[in-house]
Amino acid sequence: MTLTLPSYPQPDERGRFGRFGGRYVPETLIPALDNLEAAYREAKIDPGFLSELERLLRDFVGRPSGLYLAARLTEHAGGAKIYLKREDQNYTGAHKINNCLAQALLAVRMGKRRVIAETGAGQHGVASATAAALLGLDCVVYMGEEDMRRQELNVFRMRLLGAEVIPVTSGTGTLKDATNEAIRDWVTNVRDTFYILGSVVGPHPYPAMVRDFQSVIGEETKWQLKALEGREVPDVIIACVGGGSNAIGIFAPYAYLPDGQRPRLIGTEAAGEGVETGKHAASVAGGRIGVLHGAMMYLLHDHEGQITPPHSISAGLDYPGIGPEHCLYSETGVAEYVPVTDAQAMEGLQLLTRLEGIIPALESAHAIYHAVQLAPTLSPEQIIVVNLSGRGDKDVAEVMRLQAKAEDTPGNAERQEVLA
Amino acid sequence: MTAVESRGVARIRAAFEKARSEGRAAFIPFMTAGYPSTAEFPALADELLARADLLEVGLPYSDPLGDGPTIQQASEQALAGGTSTRGTIELVRVLRTRHDKPIVIMTYVNPIYAVGPREFMRLAQEAGVDGLILPDLPPDQDIEIADLAAEYGLAVTFLIAPTSTPERIRLVAQACTGFVYAVSVTGVTGAREGTALSEVPAMLALARQHTDVPIAVGFGVKDAQTAHEVAALADGVVVGSAFINAVREGRDVPTLTNTLADGCVR
Ligand SMILES: Cc1ncc(COP(=O)(O)O)c(C=O)c1O
Repeated sequence: MTLTLPSYPQPDERGRFGRFGGRYVPETLIPALDNLEAAYREAKIDPGFLSELERLLRDFVGRPSGLYLAARLTEHAGGAKIYLKREDQNYTGAHKINNCLAQALLAVRMGKRRVIAETGAGQHGVASATAAALLGLDCVVYMGEEDMRRQELNVFRMRLLGAEVIPVTSGTGTLKDATNEAIRDWVTNVRDTFYILGSVVGPHPYPAMVRDFQSVIGEETKWQLKALEGREVPDVIIACVGGGSNAIGIFAPYAYLPDGQRPRLIGTEAAGEGVETGKHAASVAGGRIGVLHGAMMYLLHDHEGQITPPHSISAGLDYPGIGPEHCLYSETGVAEYVPVTDAQAMEGLQLLTRLEGIIPALESAHAIYHAVQLAPTLSPEQIIVVNLSGRGDKDVAEVMRLQAKAEDTPGNAERQEVLA
Repeated sequence: MTAVESRGVARIRAAFEKARSEGRAAFIPFMTAGYPSTAEFPALADELLARADLLEVGLPYSDPLGDGPTIQQASEQALAGGTSTRGTIELVRVLRTRHDKPIVIMTYVNPIYAVGPREFMRLAQEAGVDGLILPDLPPDQDIEIADLAAEYGLAVTFLIAPTSTPERIRLVAQACTGFVYAVSVTGVTGAREGTALSEVPAMLALARQHTDVPIAVGFGVKDAQTAHEVAALADGVVVGSAFINAVREGRDVPTLTNTLADGCVR
């Protein structure tokens, strides 16, 4: 057994990352969260649990995922070397599976036979449905109606895997509303249901637990980079941020290094049509502190506390908040968060596809775009690692639709050019 | 611990006391502020207040994760009709000009933080709000809100649930200053088929060991019979979704109010 789960200095014993995080949920759930926290604390150091998780990550998911030098992308950008951490190589197509398998194993350990999940892009739903099928659990996935339309293929995959997909029509019909609905289900069925939460959001212990399960990404990066470049620490790490789980997975193993030894950590937020237009999902750039889904974090809401609808081309980033640990990183300068627009993400997708033969998820394309912008400002000895959180198969139909729409829209020359 | 601190607490206690002396559990109807519209809400609230011992006004919120579809939709409609956080407080101010029964606001915490906890309490106090019910704020999460509420003379109510451990029940019961809100079922708000009250007596007995503030039971009370069953166990009976359903279906609210109020007689 070699797998260990990390122990980071944050959060505090109350589940706070500085002032962020916590547990703002109906009282009904507090005992369940206490139980989950205790079960996780035990599982985390149980050799049986760890070796089973390690076996699944290796033999089922296909870990380690590659750390790949994107030579043509590097040449195109000019400047720092760009490496891709290939979470898109994971079985089911994204980083989400790392966390889902671990939580599903925990569910089994806690004697729960029913799991529920929320999903935006469908990747977390597919990963939950997959883990449930593998372990023989009943699975219900909540998904916003708008996202079901955007991610038809993933809806079909979940159903094929035996999960029940419940359309959510309230609010904006996207990830935030699916999360509300999953929490309502959990409040109702808390005694026999395990909630597999898909990102580093929600009430304590989820942000810490999901981070620990995803930090395999950064831990692998360390030894892989050491083998390839003779050093564990790159100069820059870039990852897209919706709730923030793929980003925290690659950031956290580096984030607690002392000042001066830490790489630059950059999260790309979905700027949609531009932060200034109000149609975006950039919670750091465009939000203020608030509480949603059980945690205090940067949040898109109006001056009286009503959550304002986020917008992103990519369903997986279309969330009005950002995980509490990212909020702390942002406040303390450990990481930077930069907005990347829909059109820029499309450009990132186009570039990686044409230059490397890799079709990235629209989410990951946000990170690719920024890497290409940043690389020329650095020297060829410097290294950027981009977390390629997922592959773009799920987005192909939506990209096709957007492309057709762009061609139909007269005067939309700029976008047409990007897509051409 | 200033004199103002006890205002909301005293008024709420007196309302429970009056009901008890009349052989009733306190009748606590709930209505979403600004529902079905800002124009119609005050008259609707008047109809409820005609028989209420205490009125619970729901602050409409975009993401009410402790609520079922009925209250959720009422919130959406109220928000679409322009009811805001400050607007909710204004609606209570209007009711206060013609009623002196206690009125409490049920709100998720985000609107409180967004307005600013101190500003929120100040506005609420000025408008004549007597207390707050905080469905997504376990009392050990944030003591600032409870402290500020006390400073502004508002009572606070937190929730206990059938899943609460004895330690949690003690913690919550001791933190409540107005009344304790006991959730009858593991679930969200909403009138449901046959509310099972099997877990309520044990929960109430535990809570009563730790506090002498009144305990109201809510979630799922929908008719005279369920109200009567709850009234036999608790100091107060909260009815929410049933009223919203009645408004939506165009049924007569005064009739339902009378039926439910009568159901609270022991
Ligand atoms: C490929 C991919 N990347 C990123 C995300 C965003 O999630 P997170 O911010 O938690 O990494 C998603 C969510 O669905 C996704 O599918």
